[in-house]
Amino acid sequence: MAYDKFDVLTSRVVPLSSENVDTDQIIPARFLKATERKGFGDNLFRDWRYDKEGNPKPDFVLNDPTYSGKILLAGKNFGSGSSREHAVWAIYDYGFRCVVSSFFADIFKNNCLNIGVLPVTISPEFAEELFTAVEANPEAEIEVDINKQTITLLSTGKSESFDINSYKKQNMKNGFDDIDYLLNLKEEIVAFEAKR
Amino acid sequence: MEKKSLFDKIWDAHVIQSIPSGPDVFFIDKHFIHEVTSPVAFLNLEKRGNKVMFPERTIATPDHNVPTVDQDKTIKDQLSRMQVEKLRENCKKHGIDLHDLGTDHHGIVHVIGPELGITQPGMTIVCGDSHTSTHGAFGTIAFGIGTSEVEMVFATQCIMQAKPKKMRITIDGELGKGVTSKDIILYIIAQISASGGTGYFIEYAGSAIRSLSMEARMTICNMSIEMGARGGLIAPDETTFEYLKGKQYSPKGEEWDKAVAHWKTLQTDEGATFDVEYHYDAADIEPMITYGTNPGMGVKVRGNIPTTDGMNESENKSYIKSLDYMGFQPGEAMEGKKIDYVFVGSCTNGRIEDLRSVAEFVKGKQKADNITAWIVPGSREVEKMAIEEGIVQILEDAGFKLRQPGCSACLAMNDDKIPSGKYAVSTSNRNFEGRQGPGSRTLLASPLTVAAVAITGMITDPRDIIEELVQEK
Repeated sequence: MAYDKFDVLTSRVVPLSSENVDTDQIIPARFLKATERKGFGDNLFRDWRYDKEGNPKPDFVLNDPTYSGKILLAGKNFGSGSSREHAVWAIYDYGFRCVVSSFFADIFKNNCLNIGVLPVTISPEFAEELFTAVEANPEAEIEVDINKQTITLLSTGKSESFDINSYKKQNMKNGFDDIDYLLNLKEEIVAFEAKR
Repeated sequence: MEKKSLFDKIWDAHVIQSIPSGPDVFFIDKHFIHEVTSPVAFLNLEKRGNKVMFPERTIATPDHNVPTVDQDKTIKDQLSRMQVEKLRENCKKHGIDLHDLGTDHHGIVHVIGPELGITQPGMTIVCGDSHTSTHGAFGTIAFGIGTSEVEMVFATQCIMQAKPKKMRITIDGELGKGVTSKDIILYIIAQISASGGTGYFIEYAGSAIRSLSMEARMTICNMSIEMGARGGLIAPDETTFEYLKGKQYSPKGEEWDKAVAHWKTLQTDEGATFDVEYHYDAADIEPMITYGTNPGMGVKVRGNIPTTDGMNESENKSYIKSLDYMGFQPGEAMEGKKIDYVFVGSCTNGRIEDLRSVAEFVKGKQKADNITAWIVPGSREVEKMAIEEGIVQILEDAGFKLRQPGCSACLAMNDDKIPSGKYAVSTSNRNFEGRQGPGSRTLLASPLTVAAVAITGMITDPRDIIEELVQEK
């Protein structure tokens, strides 16, 4: 479904440096029982965020008031495992619009692009630099510009460019999804199917 | 002529349009759906006023959250019941075949597809489930998709996909006794890591792969996603054709001969190139088990947990966090660790061959007192065969509890949860934190290793027991 257009995002950052964060951590399976896309943000990182009694765990970054923002800075191999789009719904619903990592799992990255969360892949060195900068100054801001395809640490001006294919870029900028495109190909699809 | 890989041949035959510097419009032959990742797709489809374009190309079954006891009764968990009822309602409304609870072909979606002969060589198959890669065992391009893409397939039978890069993993030689296809795939993932396949589609080749049954091939392709690969496939051969012959949806008569003639062309051309190639010797592979919280953290059952030597700070931090969760120390031996639960089942190892191998192993023995042993067949068909072959009796005599088909404790969406802090050796596919229930600790292994653990109550190499048996004889 349509989502907010992505243009230039300037925001503080929530750092989560753990590597290999799988989608079972982002949203555990027992919270996938909804039949509508509603309220998934409440269960984002559920078992890292809350204890068994439902009390917030103070050492988890989402419970640390020092950090906030619309950008999630994540460790290597973020979003591995299950194809559940619910993981990205939870990230979006919580308020993130962009996830930055040196390495994303494939299906997760696709799911992000399909619902309007921008996955930004940066070099491991720049990722390290961003983690250090945000740790030193939690108010440090990052600018993500989809037009120029750049990500910049505003305090130092250090910048890196990132890849996104031109088709997905247009979609993100306009808040379109693939169905709009595919429906225009209906005749070609019907003809293709008839030959199979 | 251009040399093509099997993957290229199938992919290229399904591209309706290529967008310059963008994805391909990719046609999907078969679409499997289940109760968890489909309801929002149906909802959005209707919101936009679209219809399911080719309902006969979609097949449904409830598997992820269903109870594995009392399936003939109303589902107690309200949210699970609502999802299953929603699936029924949506299938009825949109004219989609549903293999419902209690019917002859109910089961885990990746078990029933092949069982019914719906999965056939050369096809493209998707499902809102990452273990869709299972179907690659038949020489298909099969992979998991998100719910937005499920909606795309409903509305247009297509998705937009950039073509992945190609990897070939060749395993030659003979597997040792007590070593199974689960050990092969756990070995590969331990070698190339849980992210080593990201961005690739894998072809598995070599004499060790060729020698495997269809069930064993499915186990390997199933776990392709656990190294980050979108999927993995194996070229079809006589083993494939033999498996498919006579299945409900397999072609019949002349159509069968035509299909087989076509399927035989589905091979990687001599001289075709891959972006990455790996070669392994089957003789180097031993029974494997995982010790950490991603499937790449695996060692030989007879091995030790790796130390932190050579890790950088960030790797070290994640590694120790993972071992802390498991309650293990770097350098410890795996053998002899006490276990609480064993689980045989899932789309990875819930097929009849898996149950047969466990039954053969535990026949005449008793499970250890400290072990709770769950066996969950992948489908009703598997359950029926297990009863007819006397497997269920053997397992029950040994103290295993047989449950009804479903995904069950693999992801613990239903009540089949491993309690917090307890250790489970499991034939499933993921050892993530809390995967089998909040706080649960999962060790992945083959059905044979699980059987050995069930008997001794601790981590045991199945070859120890096989050797004992040989000596007794």
